[in-house]
Amino acid sequence: MAETISLEVLRYSPEHDAEPSFQRYDVPVHKDWVVLDALNYIKDKVDGSLTFRWSCRMGICGSCGMMVNGEPKLTCATFLSDYARDGSPVRVQPLRYFPVIRDLVVEITDFMSKLQSVKPWLIRGDEKPVSEGEYVQTPDQLDRYKQFSMCINCLLCYAACPVYGLDPVFIGPAAIALAQRYNMDSRDEGAHERMDVLAQHEGIWGCTFVGECTQVCPKHVDPAGAIQQYKLTATIERFKSFLLPRGAK
Amino acid sequence: MVKHSNEPVLWSLFSAGGVFAAFVIPVHLFLLGLAFPLGWIPAPGYQYLHALVTSPLTRIYVFALCFLALFHWAHRFRYMLYDGLQIKHLNELIFVCCYGGAIFGTALAGYLLWTFH
Amino acid sequence: MSDTRPSARYTEYHPRWYRTHVSTWWWLARWPYLRFILREISSVFVAWFVVVLLLQIRALSHGPDAYARLEHWLQNPGIVLLNLIALFFVVFHAITWFNLTPRAMVVRLRGKRVPDRWIVSANYAAWAAVSLVVAWFLVRS
Repeated sequence: MAETISLEVLRYSPEHDAEPSFQRYDVPVHKDWVVLDALNYIKDKVDGSLTFRWSCRMGICGSCGMMVNGEPKLTCATFLSDYARDGSPVRVQPLRYFPVIRDLVVEITDFMSKLQSVKPWLIRGDEKPVSEGEYVQTPDQLDRYKQFSMCINCLLCYAACPVYGLDPVFIGPAAIALAQRYNMDSRDEGAHERMDVLAQHEGIWGCTFVGECTQVCPKHVDPAGAIQQYKLTATIERFKSFLLPRGAK
Repeated sequence: MVKHSNEPVLWSLFSAGGVFAAFVIPVHLFLLGLAFPLGWIPAPGYQYLHALVTSPLTRIYVFALCFLALFHWAHRFRYMLYDGLQIKHLNELIFVCCYGGAIFGTALAGYLLWTFH
Repeated sequence: MSDTRPSARYTEYHPRWYRTHVSTWWWLARWPYLRFILREISSVFVAWFVVVLLLQIRALSHGPDAYARLEHWLQNPGIVLLNLIALFFVVFHAITWFNLTPRAMVVRLRGKRVPDRWIVSANYAAWAAVSLVVAWFLVRS
């Protein structure tokens, strides 16, 4: 005796829709199905035109982020059994605050360019030649940035951030957290280069510490913490450059 | 050389004000606004309070509290209007009203405390 | 930072994206957002306290009669209610501020990060101590 659960999925077809609209599907529920399983069932057996992104289905690739009942979630990690109880349909919508290309697929080039602008790679003044061996890092040094390195670029934090929603020039939580991941890495020497991008008004200063980004992050990166810590760093640098103009940069 | 934003200075004032406000305003407001007027705790007399405020240390404390608390309000309120009401086009006006208000309040506090007798 | 977002050209290979408009009432849609706005509104009551404090200073400066009038004004039920609400918001500010402090300032002792709850507890302890000191100065005749 199979239970069914209703999904209300937002559909948008740019060829013939002026606006998105909800379409309801009834999906059989299996004990350990996640929302992604339901979407794949719909695409395989009910409506092949349903379009959505997914890949690893285990919470590491960051592709399947969507709004489930108004909250940003990884659909591969959101169990239908958490929703089946009261019988009301589960609403699945594309990730909030991003333009919708089709159905549940959003346009993320904005984030990609912002990520690139913070230079998320190790920057060194001069590279050690390979013959001199590896860069050594103690566990304590690793601990300083490890949390921020767990980011899978799933963009749930952008969907939760009202500042990004209201003002899309804001660079956003993940970009800042990833910049911090490199700033705090003992092997990196590029903090000054990143500061030029981050210390602008569209950088960290747009953030008002709502904190929702940290609440929705599936990898516990705590981007809100990263941003506040960087505000302190940037402020100290600003005061230093004011008090010692020549010594600063 | 990138033009330095002044946000760090405003944020520092906001943070300092937030810390100061968090630590001292609750007890002050409880006493001044509730406990003394409602008689839960006997209120200090005029003579004692007057002598207390005459002391330069008290005046510095009160001035610092007013200055930092007002700039804390200005920064937070400015962003709240900006984000909460989405009135970006009034951005400059909001900026001037908020920090201008804080400057005015600080000047008023300074005047009252300097001329206290 | 220049706008590097691609422009929306409406072609067969680049169809029209749908952009949702964010409502002015976005903050009512979810409780965490409303809680955030309430926290920001607490700043208004911080400013209100400064007003009351300055009124008190001014009244003290103008003599015992002026001060008695201020005390009478503070007993007005409307003002008491306002101050009660203000107290709630100011305490809300303090609690949210202390709880968020460890996220903004990471303290490291001998290489390890100090647990968040130690920082929070230290803040609450200091809050109690400071409140007692202030009360000691004011609860006198």
